[in-house]
Amino acid sequence: MTLFALGLIGLLTRRNLIFTLMSVEVMLNASGLAFIAGSYQWGQPDGQIMFVFILAMAAAEVSVGLALVLQFQRRIPSLDADKASEMRG
Amino acid sequence: MLSLLWLIPALPLASAAVLALFGTKLSHRLAAFLGVGSIGCSAMVAILIAANFLSSPPPGNHVVQHLWTWMNVGGLTPEIGFYFDPVTLLMVLVITFVGFLIHLYSTEYMRDDKGFSRFFAYMNLFVAAMLTLVLANNFLLLYLGWEGVGLCSFLLIGFWYEDPANVRAANKAFFVTRVGDTAMVIGLFLIATRLHTLDIQEAVQRAAAEWPVGSGVAIAAAALLLGGAVGKSAQLPLQTWLPDAMAGPTPTSALIHAATMVTAGVYLIARTHVLFSLAPSVQMAVAVIGAATMLMSAFSAIAQSDVKRVLAYSTMSQIGYMFMALGVGAWSAAMFHFMTHAFFKALLFLAAGVVIQALHHEQDMFRMGGLRKHLPLAFWSFVIGGSALSGLPLVTAGFFSKDLIIWQAWAGPNGSAWFWIAGILGAILTSFYTYRMILLVFYGPEKSHATNTKSLAFAIPLGTLCVLSVVGGYINIPADFGGTPLLSKFLSGVLPSIEREGAASITELGTTLSASAAFLVGLAFAYLLYGPLKARTRRDDPLLRFLYSGWGIDWLYDKVFVAPVRFVAGKSTTDLVDYIYTGIAKLALLGNTALGLTQTGRLRWYAMGIALGFVVLFAVAVLIR
Repeated sequence: MTLFALGLIGLLTRRNLIFTLMSVEVMLNASGLAFIAGSYQWGQPDGQIMFVFILAMAAAEVSVGLALVLQFQRRIPSLDADKASEMRG
Repeated sequence: MLSLLWLIPALPLASAAVLALFGTKLSHRLAAFLGVGSIGCSAMVAILIAANFLSSPPPGNHVVQHLWTWMNVGGLTPEIGFYFDPVTLLMVLVITFVGFLIHLYSTEYMRDDKGFSRFFAYMNLFVAAMLTLVLANNFLLLYLGWEGVGLCSFLLIGFWYEDPANVRAANKAFFVTRVGDTAMVIGLFLIATRLHTLDIQEAVQRAAAEWPVGSGVAIAAAALLLGGAVGKSAQLPLQTWLPDAMAGPTPTSALIHAATMVTAGVYLIARTHVLFSLAPSVQMAVAVIGAATMLMSAFSAIAQSDVKRVLAYSTMSQIGYMFMALGVGAWSAAMFHFMTHAFFKALLFLAAGVVIQALHHEQDMFRMGGLRKHLPLAFWSFVIGGSALSGLPLVTAGFFSKDLIIWQAWAGPNGSAWFWIAGILGAILTSFYTYRMILLVFYGPEKSHATNTKSLAFAIPLGTLCVLSVVGGYINIPADFGGTPLLSKFLSGVLPSIEREGAASITELGTTLSASAAFLVGLAFAYLLYGPLKARTRRDDPLLRFLYSGWGIDWLYDKVFVAPVRFVAGKSTTDLVDYIYTGIAKLALLGNTALGLTQTGRLRWYAMGIALGFVVLFAVAVLIR
């Protein structure tokens, strides 16, 4: 729970896209940890299976995310998410 | 052979679909070939089936062909199925054969029209719908055809849609018939809910078994069906659309507004005659409506100046005769007159089309004259068709069919002397306006130059219809003339024939002599008033103007129905109800502005929104539990 909150706060406060991505990872891992804990608590293997899925998903997400960040860097020579506020209303 | 029944409506339908989809890409020749050929093939199939039907009549003298179940909803299972009996046979033969001739004629008449393939698509669709109407074995399929012919009528009246007057005429036809159609739909609902079937034969049998004569439900059902028939067949009080429907191309007027569609009401009443027998008061109303329309429109016809409007009023008048026949219970006489009328009225319209084209779309009879020498084909067609229409004794088809009706108007089950007098008066008027028309168009000094088109596509249909207008009556020669009423006998299995009544009523011979006298009186009046002895100018007096406007019915409807609606509409442009709707629109705009503000484009705000939303939802979920 704390880990998830840390990730969320990071997501909301940080403007650098790399940090944003890292925060998302932290949140993902927090949920994965919650699954593991749940599976340990109730003695069910489902949580562990879910975590393996989350790992795979996170890997895919990071690759896409990093590619987007690279594109962002090329278009707008910055990593500041607030610089990309062109869409409005 | 009888299993090929479905081909009769399917061929025109397929051709209509092809012409509608690829019409603009097809060559002129191919479009004409498809349009005429499909009806021709359909007529061939119809003739083959008829021959088969006559040579080896199926058990029960009818054939039912079930194709598939249309739908199955709550116990109501209307199917796509066809019912073929002598009445249907007569209708199908007339529709396909006359339809074929008129299509052939159209290839020449519409040759230079830019909507050539569109015209044939509509016409083919019309024939398909009309065949569906008469072949249907249940009321729902009949209604599909009923609305289909109404749609095609609308499309063809407004065929030259660049002229707003034509569009207005098309709308008028559509709206006025809609009044009748609504009544008919309610009638069908009544039949479906009370008799639990939409199959025509079954419904009629159940009605005869369950409803006593003169019971309220039988009267309601018959009256509602009569409403539909009155609208479609242009009878009082829904007759105003037919004269305006002449805005369409002339072949359309011949096919739809003379030969086939306007007689759909006659077919409907003949088909459900059992229901009408169960409601004697409604059947009496049919006769009265028929007689009144017949006289009113015959009076209107003598004041018209447009040749097509004369024919339109004449059509209403002749359908009035058929309604009168149905009303007095002379079912087969009505069908006989339907057949002969289809021949001679189609002939007259097509001949009028030749005249109109020769004079470069001039329709005013007072600007015509002396065309006898220039247009011999049209002249002889007019003479033969007109004589058949006014019942030239012994040699024309109209004579036999009209005589039968007038005789049975008195001698029939519900007949009375009044109907007989109306019939004779109508015959005088018919003869008068017909020869007035012929004298104005073909005799007297020449007023305009005519360019005669000599074409086989004109000659074949006109010639064939001339022959049919003469010999068409011989299939039903009354017994008093030493002949046998073949048609009445043929139809007697479906439509009960009339037993000869006692000496109280008039004999057939007496009627014949009176009708022949009526014919001569009308002819004499026409000759005296519009013949060579008189100036051939339009006269203008209040009575003629009143008749010209069709008894002022249009004016009356305009004041009674249209004006109040327009008044209310004019008053209610700024009313309370409008505020509600504009209020809703303003609210939506406000919401749009408010939500638009949240679209800042800042990623972290969005993430914040998601997180907050989640927290709120979570809180709600926890609190509610």
